[in-house]
Formats: sequence, structure tokens, C-alpha cells
Amino acid sequence: MSKYLLRLFVTGTSSRTGTAIANLRRICEQELRGQYDLEIIDVLQFPDVAEDEKILATPTLIKSLPLPLRRVIGDLSDKEKVLLGLEVRPVGAGNTDGVES
Amino acid sequence: MKKATKHAGIEKRSPKHTPVEKIATGISSFDIIAKGGLPRNRTTLISGTAGSGKTIFAVQFLAAGIEAGAPAVFVTFEESATDIRKNMLSFGWDLQKWENDNLLAFVDASPDPHIDSVESGSFDLGALLARVQHAVKKVKAERVAVDSLGAVFSQFSDQSIVRSELFRIASALKAMHVTAVLTAERTDDYGPIARFGVEEFIADNVMILRNVLEEESRRRTIEILKFRGCDHQKGEYPFTIVPDGGVIVIPLSAMHLSMKSSSVRISSGNVQLDEMCGGGLFRDSVTLVSGATGTGKTLTVTQFLQGGASSGERCLLLAFEESRDQLARNATGWGVDFGKLEKEGLLRVVCDYPDVSGLEDWLVTIQSAILDFKPHRVALDSLSALEHVGSPKAFREFVIGLTSFVKHQEITALFTSTTESLMGGDSITETHISTLTDSIILLRYVEMFGQMKRGLTVLKMRGSAHDKAIREFTIDEDGMRMGRAFRNVTGILAGAPVHVSPADLERVWSKADAEPMTAADRREGDVTPTRKAKGRKR
Repeated sequence: MSKYLLRLFVTGTSSRTGTAIANLRRICEQELRGQYDLEIIDVLQFPDVAEDEKILATPTLIKSLPLPLRRVIGDLSDKEKVLLGLEVRPVGAGNTDGVES
Repeated sequence: MKKATKHAGIEKRSPKHTPVEKIATGISSFDIIAKGGLPRNRTTLISGTAGSGKTIFAVQFLAAGIEAGAPAVFVTFEESATDIRKNMLSFGWDLQKWENDNLLAFVDASPDPHIDSVESGSFDLGALLARVQHAVKKVKAERVAVDSLGAVFSQFSDQSIVRSELFRIASALKAMHVTAVLTAERTDDYGPIARFGVEEFIADNVMILRNVLEEESRRRTIEILKFRGCDHQKGEYPFTIVPDGGVIVIPLSAMHLSMKSSSVRISSGNVQLDEMCGGGLFRDSVTLVSGATGTGKTLTVTQFLQGGASSGERCLLLAFEESRDQLARNATGWGVDFGKLEKEGLLRVVCDYPDVSGLEDWLVTIQSAILDFKPHRVALDSLSALEHVGSPKAFREFVIGLTSFVKHQEITALFTSTTESLMGGDSITETHISTLTDSIILLRYVEMFGQMKRGLTVLKMRGSAHDKAIREFTIDEDGMRMGRAFRNVTGILAGAPVHVSPADLERVWSKADAEPMTAADRREGDVTPTRKAKGRKR
């Protein structure tokens, strides 16, 4: 299985940033252990990267690989929606919501 | 609002107490109604229905700033930057060039159909804010446009977050010391200010652009609803959008305030008519010549132009009734060579079908022709031809706009108006604009014993004595020749001439006669109308 390439855009070190990072780490460890690369980008330090990627909201999680490109906006507190957005089939559960469109 | 007016009053008396500084937008016509421009370092909401010109106004605000040396940032939520660059080229704004010169930066936040996203938990628009701040810093922007707020809402499902984030961005814009315009959609030209009901609270100031369907034609207006803490003109002002110019506001009442009045007289091109007017027309006056078809309106115009050109004045003719060739042929018949005058640079003829554009556009076309040619005299033949191009309201605004404009330029203007009936009565044009003009000359047919004669009277001559008589005139190869007064006819202006016996006339005139010239007239009046009227040289 190909590796997940994930980038998380955050604004500074706010509590929402902390929550999002913690939530994402937990989901990845549970669902994608060893199958992902995660990069965290602070838009305050790299506004031009945010411009290139047309990011409006923070936190925004981008899955660049495997295709198709997918985005999840928010602090990632709703795990099911994150998995749906990333099109990851939850391991162990019989969830089939993550259908490709 | 009361408070605002009070502040403005103080502002005029002592500049020290100026509560809010304004910056000239560079859209000169808008700055008039905004009484100086937009409040500096504030946010102004521009709300309007689809197609009301919000984006154009926003871009023009930035373009005018850039041209005056103030860099700008454009934040787009709706159209892509590529589309805007392309669309704005037609107005002569080369955004790409300004971007290359580091005078303009885009923050392209338009929705990307290829990006599919879901929301999970709470978020903020921190990335957007960071991008705007970055762009403002990058080009050292003084002006920012955000187009449009409504489109931000449609990109996210959690509207309460968007709402509070927009407030945050608006206050961040203020902290950046930029003057910003934010656009917003509304569903109705006369209804809630904006679709989401919060847009007007985000900004300090509110302006509304309207595009109302009136009698099958669109009429654009701009209204400044509130300028927090400073003064502005109130009510709706018509505006138009022209290629190579963008938004042009027609500031009606504002123009009237500073009009001067000249006492210099100039010739109407006809010595006898000058005498009737008490020595000629005033330099910055507007004269209306009204008459039925064939009474000599175009001749009056031709004489007026010839009179100007013969003393070396530049004349502009705006012709909406006859073709260029017809006009030239008519003029030649009266001994005036339009072709020669045009070659000498003393005459310019603008000749077109009235229906090719709306009244606002005509006003702008005429204004730019005037600014370009800088004429001393302007003649328009005829206003009636333009009357049906728009609604009565739009027509009145057109005439107000035109008269105040020519007065500002200290131009002598002569407009003609065609009456509907041959014999008399007034036209819609007259009813609408007679109060706006300084002088009114009436040309009428007078039926006398089976013959049609022409009569002329100076009905009004603001600020001057004038001949009150209705004079007969004839038209020959030299133009208009004044004759004697119709003394034995009454009811000419009403369109129902009634002949009065010489005895009755004698009785009336011996009682109420104050005019010095009437002694001679009365003698002539006694002559039976069948006798050939001799043109009286005065």
C-alpha cells in the first residue's frame, strides 16, 4: 500500500493548533501506523505556501498522496469525518463510507 | 446620522477637530458625493445585487490608488484572479503589469472546483488572514479590496465561525492601516442591506449600488448609506460604467453648489435675436429653444454655432435628429460652411442615433467630448430625441447633469426641444427642464388668414430685461430675419391665435404699455395683416 503524504496547516501555537496536531497524531497512529508522512506548516511563518495551496482556514489537513487530493478543515475532533475526508478505510471496522467519488 | 452632520460642520470650521480623515479614491466623480473620498483606514461595505458593478468599483478603487502611487491588495473569494485580470483589461486596468511591478498583489481565495474538503471540528480563517497580511506587507499596500463577503460564507458550512472570523479580519485590516472596501451581495435592490445580514456590521461604512429596471431600461445608482463619523451626500446618484473609465458617478445636486454666474454677453449669432434678449446670451447660460418641427430650431442652432465660430470660439454640436450630411446641407443653405469650420478646428459635430446608448452613457460621452474639445459653445439638437431613451426621471437627471456640467466649464449652451403639436403647447421636455435653463426662446407657427407665419418670443431671460413681444420672423438664405410683433393676434402660445380688431388693441395698449419700442409696433400693428409685412430692422 502506498504511503499517505499529509500536510497540516496551522496558525501559530494556539490551543486549536495543539488540539489538531494531537487529534491527527492519534488518528494516524490508530489507522495509518507506518504508512504516512506528516508535515506541519505554520501559515504565519510560510504565508506564501498557504497562498500557493489556496488555504483559507486553519487547521487544514491536506492529503496529497495517494490521489485524489483531499482536504479536511477543522481541529479534526470528529475522527469519522477525518477518515471520510482522507478516504481511509478504518482498520477493523466495517465502515464503507469512504467511497471514492 | 445627526452626529455625523454635526461633526462635518465642525470639520469645516476648524480642521483640528476633524474626526475622520478621508482619502480621495481617485474616482473623481465619486469623491464629490463622498465629500472628499473614503474615510482613511476604515472599512467600507459596497453592497449590491448581481451585476450592479461591485467588483468594478472595488478594482477601480485599487486602480486609482495604484495610479496615484498607493499599492493595493485584492482578495477575491468569487472570481479567480485569472478571470479578474482578463475582465479588467477592458477598462484599461492592466492588473498583471501592476503585479509584476509589485504594486498589486492578489490573494486568490476563489473556490477551486478540484478541491474537495470536509469539515471536522472548529476552525478559524487564520490562513486567510496570514495571506492578506503577507500580501499587504509584500507590496506595502495602502488599499485593500475584498470581493465578496458572501462568497466566504458559501465556502464553509459553519456560518457562525465565518461570521466571527470576518469580524476578526475586518479589525485586522484596520490594524494594518489600510483603507478597505468589502463587497457583499444583496438579493433585492430595495431590501435588506446584504444577504447574510451581518455584512453591514463588519464594516464602518456602507454604500449601496443599485441596478434597477425602469421602463425596460436599467438605471444604475450609488448611495452612501453611512459614513461613520463623517459627512457625505445623501440619496441615490446615477452612475454609469464605461469602457476605459469604469464607474462614473453623476453627482447631480453636488454640482449645483458651486456654480458661478457670468455677466458677460455673447452673440446668439443673430443680431436681432441678441437685441430681443437684451444684448445677447450670458456666457455661462443655458438656453432652451422650443418649437414645432420646421419652425427654425436647427437654424437657430446653426446661427448660434456660426456666431461663435466667427469670433474664433470653438463650438460643439451634438446632433441627434439629423445626419451629418443633412446638417451640413442645411447650414450651407444659410451660408454656413460646416466642413470649413471643422477643418479650422472651430467646430466639432457629434452625430449619432439617440438609442445607441443609455442617458447616463450619453452624459458621459458628451462630457468627455466637451473635456476633449474644450468648446466655448455647445448646441444640442434636440433634447426631445433623447427624451425617450430613458425614464422621465433619468431624463431629468441627464438634463441636470448636462446643464450643471456645461455651466461649470463656463460654456454657453443652446438646447432645442420639439413640441408635439404644430401650433403650440408645451412638450414633455419643456415641462421637465424649463426651470433648469436660464433662457427660453419659443418658436411657434401662427396661422393668419390662410397663411402660416412664424413667431418667436423670448419667454425667459434670467438676470436680464428682454423683449416681451412675439415677433414674426422669416427665414431666407441669410438665415432668420425678425419682423414686427404680432400685435393684433392673441393666443399664439396657446396654439389658438385669435385676431383682435385694431380698435380693441388700441384700447388695451394705451392702458398697459410700458415698453419703449411699442409705439412703433402699435402703428405697425394697425396695418391689416394682408398687407405685406416689411422686415423691420432694429
